[in-house]
Amino acid sequence: MDPTRHNSTTEIETTVLGADEIILNMGPQHPSTHGVLRVKLKLDGERVAASECIIGYLHRGVEKIAEHRSYQQFAPYVDRMDYVAAVSNGLGYCEAVEKLLGAEAPPRARVVRTILTELQRIASHLVWLGTHALDIGALTPLFYCFREREEILKIFEKYCGARLTTHAFRIGGLQYETYDGFEEEAKRFCDDFAHRIDEYETLLTENRIWLGRTKGVGILSAEDAIALAVSGPVLRASGVKWDIRKAAPYAAYAQYKFEIPVGKTGDTYDRYIVRMEEMRQSRLICLQAIENIPTGAIMARIGKVLKPPPGEVYHAIEAPKGELGYYIVSDGTTQPYRVRVRPPSFINLQAFDKMARGSLVADVVAIIGTIDIVLGEVDR
Amino acid sequence: MPFGITFDDIRPFIAPVIYALVIVAVLPLMAGYIVLLERKVMAHMQARMGPMRVGPHGLLQPIADAVKLLLKEDITPKNADALMFWLAPLLSVTMALLAYAALPFGPAFQIADLDVGLLFILAISSLGIYGIVLGGWASNSHYSLLGALRSAAQLVSYETAAGLALVSGLLLGGTLSMKGLVEAQDQQGVWFIFIAPFSFFIYLIASIAETNRAPFDLPEAESELVAGYMTEYSGFRWSLYFLAEYANMIVVSGIAVTLYLGGWMRPLSAVHMHIFGLPYELLDLLPALIFFGLAAWCSKLALRQGEQIQKLVMFLFVGMFLVLGAVMAWSLTSPSLMPGIHGAFWFIVKVLVYLYGFLWFRFTFPRYRFDQLMKLGWQFLIPLALVNLVMIGIAIVLVQQSGWPLAIAMIAANVVTLIVAFWLVRQGDKPMIAVLPAEDELPDVGPGEIR
Repeated sequence: MDPTRHNSTTEIETTVLGADEIILNMGPQHPSTHGVLRVKLKLDGERVAASECIIGYLHRGVEKIAEHRSYQQFAPYVDRMDYVAAVSNGLGYCEAVEKLLGAEAPPRARVVRTILTELQRIASHLVWLGTHALDIGALTPLFYCFREREEILKIFEKYCGARLTTHAFRIGGLQYETYDGFEEEAKRFCDDFAHRIDEYETLLTENRIWLGRTKGVGILSAEDAIALAVSGPVLRASGVKWDIRKAAPYAAYAQYKFEIPVGKTGDTYDRYIVRMEEMRQSRLICLQAIENIPTGAIMARIGKVLKPPPGEVYHAIEAPKGELGYYIVSDGTTQPYRVRVRPPSFINLQAFDKMARGSLVADVVAIIGTIDIVLGEVDR
Repeated sequence: MPFGITFDDIRPFIAPVIYALVIVAVLPLMAGYIVLLERKVMAHMQARMGPMRVGPHGLLQPIADAVKLLLKEDITPKNADALMFWLAPLLSVTMALLAYAALPFGPAFQIADLDVGLLFILAISSLGIYGIVLGGWASNSHYSLLGALRSAAQLVSYETAAGLALVSGLLLGGTLSMKGLVEAQDQQGVWFIFIAPFSFFIYLIASIAETNRAPFDLPEAESELVAGYMTEYSGFRWSLYFLAEYANMIVVSGIAVTLYLGGWMRPLSAVHMHIFGLPYELLDLLPALIFFGLAAWCSKLALRQGEQIQKLVMFLFVGMFLVLGAVMAWSLTSPSLMPGIHGAFWFIVKVLVYLYGFLWFRFTFPRYRFDQLMKLGWQFLIPLALVNLVMIGIAIVLVQQSGWPLAIAMIAANVVTLIVAFWLVRQGDKPMIAVLPAEDELPDVGPGEIR
């Protein structure tokens, strides 16, 4: 969408407002729009009569950049899309290019990738939990969440030197061997995390105010969720059992036992419960993977210069926020002809109007939080 | 003297004027340090340190903040109503400060002991809402307007509950004079919180809502309305609103302390203990010991400071606590000054304990939504306060007319109120009248588009 279009006289200015209706611009600079999302709300009192998400304030043309970079050069750029889950972005891209090349990462690389990606899922969900609770007015969980996330980021930093935009994986496997003590540190985190997550739940799960603010808020039915192509925890909370880690296993997920939590009503509370449970499941996956990391090479033999055969590929992974897909077209040169990303945040954000209409202003921030968007990924 | 005024005519006004000046001078500082306390308490609850840089352990942070606010650019939005925009924060802060006129910090330290003291404080503090509504309206911003409207609705609703809760305290005390209420608790030998706990807790909740504090901070809900009615304010005017908020917090705490927590009375004021043959009571030594303890603790912290200047500032605080402790100890020898000085000490300690409750709630609970806030006020607190009032009235009649023991009558009254409270909670859990219209009542427009 073109953001400038909305600054000129368009729909909203020509709208005949009812006697009690006002237009409220939330964002792009607002404490709880998670970045530079702009939401135009038509309010009847405090009730949302209609809403419109205006995006594009963080557009950097990532997909276009890909056309002028070699396959390896583009890998760090994908970290800048969903910057709270950079490892997952990298995994999706590397696996998509590997699929295009017809190569496969060695087993050891796949297991290490799985561990790091699941840690990243926990970290991403922790950011979501902290900010979501903060939006609803609970100030304290944020700091507890960031305390645990810090432990994960320390593991990333020790592994690859970066904390946020990690570029942890390479096409064909891994660049770095795991450091000494990697397994122990990851295991120690997982062991601690079990009761830490119970601690967050004591603050929120049965709190009457929290229940009041989340139950029945932003309901998305399973039919609507599917029709809007919503994915990830938002889809699962509506009762659809769909997880790419199970449906089309990638990395090393086929080896591990884990459950897919699903909700019933598809309200904000269900999404909260689903994500909390997902963190527990990620922890279990990590523990299983740490137990048994195969030895061997960490890099497939793919050569220094990547020239995938002409053709196209779509590869999707279950990123923390939903289905993260890469559609890559190769023309046989060292640079992709076209890269198209299917970002979960962008598509999940479509459901916002469906959820928000008829609710109150206070619910709008709860709904933005519950979709768990990252504007870097929405706008790319 | 001119106009035939003699010094004797002025004499009654001297002490109140001095008190008023002291309050106006000390209150902003006190508000600043309450903010520091809040940040420190919040930091410890959130596993972090809080302000540590400006002064040792952030002790000079309030002063730095005040200076910063005074030096900030004072912006008036282009389309704002300039006069109202200027007037509104002044109105808020004036009303907040006026309420202190009737607040008894001690048996002597009170500007005016009005016969209608409590009524006066309630009246004045509800005028403060004009400042908020006018400020929100004059800013000419949607966020401010929504914040102001929320604030007005919230204050009206919760003042009813607070008022009803206070009336049951008044029935027990039999007077509206703030001083008289404390004396009534002194004579009856029990704080009213113990005979009317429901009144206290209803007032506690209502007072948090009245001062727009979390979890009822909807008028300035940061994540929704940016800063509510204060959104367009900056610099000094913003700090006036801020001051008014904290001043109001102290006022509502002062009311609760006066009415339910025995005002300036020492805890266990009926207990008299003497040890080591000292002529002083054991508990009367406590204020001095607290200050000396604080001094010792601060000197321990001071020795740990790396920077010389930090050490110096910390020792200044040590000195201050030593002086205060010495004053407390010295006043023990002077029977005329002791009640006043120790009264003020205990009053402030109780106010701080009450405020700690405010802070604790803020860091623990998520924020209410507007309809839930109204539901809590109108469907739970007000009915409960009414029942509580009637029950306490009946209990008082039973005590005075039928000669029941006070304890039995009050326990019976509170048990009935408790049962009603449980019933109301159960009622509240049932689905209430729909606040939100059904999906099909809403205008049908396409997804993501406003026509």
